[in-house]
Amino acid sequence: MREGDAVKKLKELLGLFATMFKIGLFTFGGGYAMIALLENELIAKKQWMTNDEFTDMVAIAESTPGPIAVNSATYLGYRRAGVAGAAFATLGVALPSFIIIFAISLFFDAFLSLKAVAAAFRGVQACVVYLILSAGVRMFKKMKKSALSISVFAVVVCCMVAFSLFAVRFSSIFYILIAAAVGVAVYLIAGLCHRDPPAGENTEKALDGAENGAEEGQT
Amino acid sequence: MNVYLSLFLNFLKIGAVSFGGGYGMLALMRETVVGNGWLSEEEMLNFIAVSESTPGPIAINMATFVGASQGGMLGALCATLGVILPSFVIILIVAALIRNLLKFRGVQAALSGIRPAVIALIAATGLILLLETLFGIRHVPTDVAPDWRGVGIFVGVALLSLCYVKWRKKRLSPIVCILLSAAAGILLYYPWAA
Repeated sequence: MREGDAVKKLKELLGLFATMFKIGLFTFGGGYAMIALLENELIAKKQWMTNDEFTDMVAIAESTPGPIAVNSATYLGYRRAGVAGAAFATLGVALPSFIIIFAISLFFDAFLSLKAVAAAFRGVQACVVYLILSAGVRMFKKMKKSALSISVFAVVVCCMVAFSLFAVRFSSIFYILIAAAVGVAVYLIAGLCHRDPPAGENTEKALDGAENGAEEGQT
Repeated sequence: MNVYLSLFLNFLKIGAVSFGGGYGMLALMRETVVGNGWLSEEEMLNFIAVSESTPGPIAINMATFVGASQGGMLGALCATLGVILPSFVIILIVAALIRNLLKFRGVQAALSGIRPAVIALIAATGLILLLETLFGIRHVPTDVAPDWRGVGIFVGVALLSLCYVKWRKKRLSPIVCILLSAAAGILLYYPWAA
């Protein structure tokens, strides 16, 4: 009986590892691209999760720090098979990357010393700048627009570009911490203005009003 | 400090505070690797291109690549473990203890500030890289030294992507962009005359 359980557990762990390994191997373009693949694999094929659970998992993976792929893998693994499951799933999603990139790193310098390759990569550098900038623009378009979000966005972009131009060292960690504090402050001030706000439009308006004060407070 | 420890700790920091996935960590990644003298700005862009065009999460690809360039196999392990560990611990805590994390008003409030800040970090990193690598503007006062071929490739890729979205109603794959600009790079930068 005991042995049967152990075998079952091991099968579950290996299954998690294999599934996440496959996802790590076939996802191009990072976490967001992975979500579609995960959805297909976890809900439709394996039926490891319901739609609601999956939505919860993605929301948590996006709202906590760290790579989205790793966050999802750890969450799924833990839900299926505890801490060991989390470890197997996370290892599975990370391993293909590690092997492929390590192999590339071995000959990358030699590869780059070819004149044609060096020229190709100079072209690619311009393209990567575009990819980063367009990711920022695309995310801004999708962002829920409120007075708070737009002012945080504008202040951070301006500060960061200006600090870079004037060679002021200011770690981007501080932007995240200050922005989190501003978010909480705005929420608290909004709560003070409306003692018992019936969650809804009133809170929204209070947010708009309170937020200029909070912005000035922190700059 | 020992290079392995330094890789581990720096990537631990990146993993612990980077919201918003692979691109979200580029700002801090750039500060870290360029600030420590591990990579030049151009090398970092090369690494991002390779990380984009190979499978797997960009964050892990970048960590493995930077780690391997600084300390071989062990360096790659230290950096990759570092970037994964905070996620692993945080998600375990969330999954085991606070499944309803996102229902807390305070957490929602903090995220309402963090989300636009992360998008701003990505956009600002893009802008700074645009100024530095394509126009040669690092710190003021400075001479503007535009790399017109690079600007041309940037504008070309941007126009192509925009047209593609209009026609096909979906995004041009980043890998296609990278391959096309590699071809343009060979045409424009290769010393054909020599």
